[in-house]
Amino acid sequence: MNLHEYQSKELFELYNLPVSKRGLIRKLSDVEKAIENIDFTNGCVAKVQAHTGGRGKVGGVELCKTKEEIEKFVNNWLGKKIVTNQTDDQGLPVNIISIDELTSIEAELYMSLIVDRADKCVSMIVSRAGGMNIEEVAETNPEKILKIKFQHGHKIDENQFYEVCRKLEFNSEQSKQFHEIAKGCKKLFLEKDLSLLEINPLVITSEGNLHCLDAKINVDENALYRQEDILSMRDSSQEDEREYQAKKHDLSYVSLDGNIGCMVNGAGLAMGTMDTIKLYNGEPANFLDVGGTATKERVGEALKLILSDNNVKGILVNIFGGIVRCDLIAEGIIGAINEIEVDVPIVVRLQGNMSTEGKELLNSSGLNVIGEDSLMKASQKIVELVK
Amino acid sequence: MSVLIGSKTKAIFQGFTGSQATMHAEQCIAYGTKIVGGVTPGKGGQEHLSLPVFNTVKEAVTETNANTSVIFVPARFSKDAIIEAAENGIELIICITEGVPVLDMINVIDALNHNENVRLIGPNCPGVITPGEAKLGIMPASIHAKGSVGIVSRSGTLTYEAVNQTTLAGLGQSTCIGIGGDPINGTSFIDCLKMFESDDQTESIVMVGEIGGTAEEEAAEYIKGNVSKPVVSYIAGVTAPKGKRMGHAGAIISGGKGTAQDKFRALESAGVSVVTDLNLIGSKLTELL
Repeated sequence: MNLHEYQSKELFELYNLPVSKRGLIRKLSDVEKAIENIDFTNGCVAKVQAHTGGRGKVGGVELCKTKEEIEKFVNNWLGKKIVTNQTDDQGLPVNIISIDELTSIEAELYMSLIVDRADKCVSMIVSRAGGMNIEEVAETNPEKILKIKFQHGHKIDENQFYEVCRKLEFNSEQSKQFHEIAKGCKKLFLEKDLSLLEINPLVITSEGNLHCLDAKINVDENALYRQEDILSMRDSSQEDEREYQAKKHDLSYVSLDGNIGCMVNGAGLAMGTMDTIKLYNGEPANFLDVGGTATKERVGEALKLILSDNNVKGILVNIFGGIVRCDLIAEGIIGAINEIEVDVPIVVRLQGNMSTEGKELLNSSGLNVIGEDSLMKASQKIVELVK
Repeated sequence: MSVLIGSKTKAIFQGFTGSQATMHAEQCIAYGTKIVGGVTPGKGGQEHLSLPVFNTVKEAVTETNANTSVIFVPARFSKDAIIEAAENGIELIICITEGVPVLDMINVIDALNHNENVRLIGPNCPGVITPGEAKLGIMPASIHAKGSVGIVSRSGTLTYEAVNQTTLAGLGQSTCIGIGGDPINGTSFIDCLKMFESDDQTESIVMVGEIGGTAEEEAAEYIKGNVSKPVVSYIAGVTAPKGKRMGHAGAIISGGKGTAQDKFRALESAGVSVVTDLNLIGSKLTELL
């Protein structure tokens, strides 16, 4: 789950991390009050709040010197959609704008805390090359990326830490501040079950102080049950409508651009099915893991979800029936199709226990459904049918 | 010979009396696996599936001499269940549970690192099966056949695909290990490759990976210098968009890293026979052997 920048900064404040004062604007009349929240002497930075990076490149982050400039920015963005190089063509709705107090910048750094899969710990990544795309830096100048692993009970190795401070050319006051920031970030990361905390840029102000200019937080979905305050920050307007609906039904769904809807049991096989469709010159419309128990109810919900995408011209169902018998799964699929209006062809591949019986049930159902037992044949069939 | 589980396995189930654990325990017993009891706190002293239920792993191990545990407890209790098993004499822990918070897993790995005698498989995995000997997990027994292919995979149903194809090809399996789809897990591809390489029964290896992380790249590096047996590999997620979690918590391309293309490239350069068509795992193996 992702948070907005302003929400991340509210959490930063709780952990004594230095962020700018802000005012929030949800409607035009909020501008006045938002300005009162900050020192507006030299202006402010207006920032669109949306779950995407690259906002600055499309005018979603701007310096405003007067109230009128803020109002113009608000009129430009509020209620509109922001499309960046990180969103799809539809973009994301802008419902909140933050105005942040100005910070004089001497240098920009990059800092993040990540779940380090290779070393099985939380690690801190820091670089003198801030404000830019860190993936590009990692590609072109890997020596500029420094890493500190928090191991053995999430400890910060002090020697390693001060070695990194030296490489970052911090003076002793800055090193002290950086230590406080690292400690605060680590505490926040562990206590709130984050999967990513990113500050890009972390700046050195003209007074020589470290300051978090931006803040990005992702939270581990698996841990939301114990993070009620974080869960209340969820902004479903920033999520794909179908993906959000899917979550409610405990289905795992991701939208894609193609026209062949997919319903599969198991995440790995669901990806494998998408790949197979593509390999046979079709275009998958979605990823959907219907889970281990492909009951009539779950299949019905999944079908509705797939069909709510108008691009879908045909559906491939791929079920590896293991312990559950394929004839029972076939009955579930037939029942679900009978209940929902389905006007596109469906190819169902059933494999495993009693698959021949399942296939026969489907083929003799009188519905626009074709049963197959090979994924290869089923994929070829559905690709042909949507042409 | 086989790896991880076999005729010497004596297993308990943690979360024994739950509906999923019950159904799968019945199937494991029917397969001939030696299940000696289970743990459900608060239900100690009862009988379930004609086997004793204990309150703690400690009691279960003392009474039954179990050496293996299969964990079916809910995600929020999995961390404690794994650590309890590790601290009380269980040597092999297979955690089926999906949805364990990633920081819990980091803490588990930290706790387990002090103990070299314990191996954790999973979490979020289908388990382990040595066809003809023992089954500890949720995989359908009927598709397996005793044979020579060692299978290791991050995905459940994709493992079944590979199993089915190797069975139909007449090769069968030595042992199949689902290492799980989470970003942080107990046993890696490399651990399994090592076991298969030194196992006499295993003549070839199928490694099924997916997008996210660099476990396949690390495995490729290992295979280059250490694995003499033929390896066929398939990677799922060529069509997966960046930055989206594809069902499994670990299946996400983040920061441009962990794409299927990267993994195919690394494996190919290590001399692994890579199949881009999931349907061709079995025929590729037949071609190699």
